[in-house]
Amino acid sequence: MNLTLQIWRQENAKTEGKIVEYPIQDISPDMSFLEMLDVLNRQLITTGDSPVAFDHDCREGICGSCSLYINGEAHGPDRLVTTCQLHMRKFKDGDTIFIEPFRAEAFPVIKDLIVDRSAFDRIQHAGGFISVNTSGNTQDGNSIPISKHDADEAMDAATCIGCGACVASCKNSSAMLFVGAKVSQYALLPQGQIEATDRVQNMVAQMDLEGFGNCTNTGACEVECPKGISLENIARMNRELIKASLKS
Amino acid sequence: MKYLCVVKKYHKIMGGFLSSSIGKKIAMALSAFFLMFFILQHFAINILSVINPDTFNEVSHFMGTNPLVQFALQPVLIFGVIFHFAMGFVLEFKNKSSRKIGYAKNNGNANSTWMSRNMIYSGGFILVFLVIHFIDFWIPELNIKYVVGDNSGLLEDGSGYRYFEELQHKFVPLWRVGLYCVGFIFLSLHLLHGFNSAFQSVGANNKFTKSLKGFGIAYAIIIPLGFIVIALFHFFNNTH
Repeated sequence: MNLTLQIWRQENAKTEGKIVEYPIQDISPDMSFLEMLDVLNRQLITTGDSPVAFDHDCREGICGSCSLYINGEAHGPDRLVTTCQLHMRKFKDGDTIFIEPFRAEAFPVIKDLIVDRSAFDRIQHAGGFISVNTSGNTQDGNSIPISKHDADEAMDAATCIGCGACVASCKNSSAMLFVGAKVSQYALLPQGQIEATDRVQNMVAQMDLEGFGNCTNTGACEVECPKGISLENIARMNRELIKASLKS
Repeated sequence: MKYLCVVKKYHKIMGGFLSSSIGKKIAMALSAFFLMFFILQHFAINILSVINPDTFNEVSHFMGTNPLVQFALQPVLIFGVIFHFAMGFVLEFKNKSSRKIGYAKNNGNANSTWMSRNMIYSGGFILVFLVIHFIDFWIPELNIKYVVGDNSGLLEDGSGYRYFEELQHKFVPLWRVGLYCVGFIFLSLHLLHGFNSAFQSVGANNKFTKSLKGFGIAYAIIIPLGFIVIALFHFFNNTH
């Protein structure tokens, strides 16, 4: 496959970036998208150019590191996959592919396609945890009965890898699907009840502080989420916040 | 003193709640519920002008002269309308500032509907329509009742109620009928997303959501279409 890549290049957070065109030849349809970028970078290094900086780690769709906005969609045109699981067979010979970083004021660009997603970490620190008795008398979690329905929903919410595709896809750069998933995974389990009131209030407050936008329920986040996190989690977070506001 | 503490606590909770992004979203949804209920009752009264003009006149006179409607419900309605628009613009401004550099290529159609992405534009057109609607109907009505001081609701010759006559008269010019039709098309587009979005915002996403979506689509099409039918009916059956 011969392709034309339109890639966002930006030296660092302080400089202005721009789209730069790169033709690339002989790409195998069986390559992953990141392997295609590896080929491009090898070419750039050979010609003395600076390679395109992009985030990646596990390349198995688990870590949530890869974060590319490909042809107008987070993680590209495929569904329920991260960028590293996207294959070049999804494109046609002669295609022009736009590759941009996830865009949000809360996700500033560090270099080229790499953005700083530490805002998510700070939201997690604000309340995405549970208290565990470490005195040696800790009750085995498996001995606490939990309904199958709740366990499944909590597990579904916990599959969020925090990649930020929800923020990137949302026209408002809202992080509510991420925060909704993190609130839900605890709200559904008995272990999460102790900090339930503080958790949702603190996580939502931190989310607002980071500068994410408001959710207008377009549903783009749910469609683009590589882990299929559902909008039900946002509704649950809203209910949790109403409950917490009435309690506190 | 105890009362003061309760009031202070209420303000602290509500102030904190409404200052959060989710609080604003829920407040927006609650005002939307109120406005959707208002539109439904407005339609129920207006359709009477097609079915039975006498009943339309009587109900209009009741709504226009009843103190509860005029001095309790009407101010709440005005507040609801202003709040919904003002909050809509506040949220839009905040949302726009959350992404100052846009994408060179963005494929919004791949993951969301046009209606959901353009609520501010459909809402903006509805606002323009409402201003014209107020100038057309509401301000002359206030003038007759509270400036001229005529609460009789009668025609100048006293031969009957004036409401149906005035309604028909308003739908003589083609430009106004056209504006009404376009205004209600935008209302339909707004409701196609807004109806179910309001339920999602207040946390109502459960086993009934699928059925509710169907009901929301029906509401968003039938009610605005009904208003269009009323405007066209009076345009084509005008006696003026």
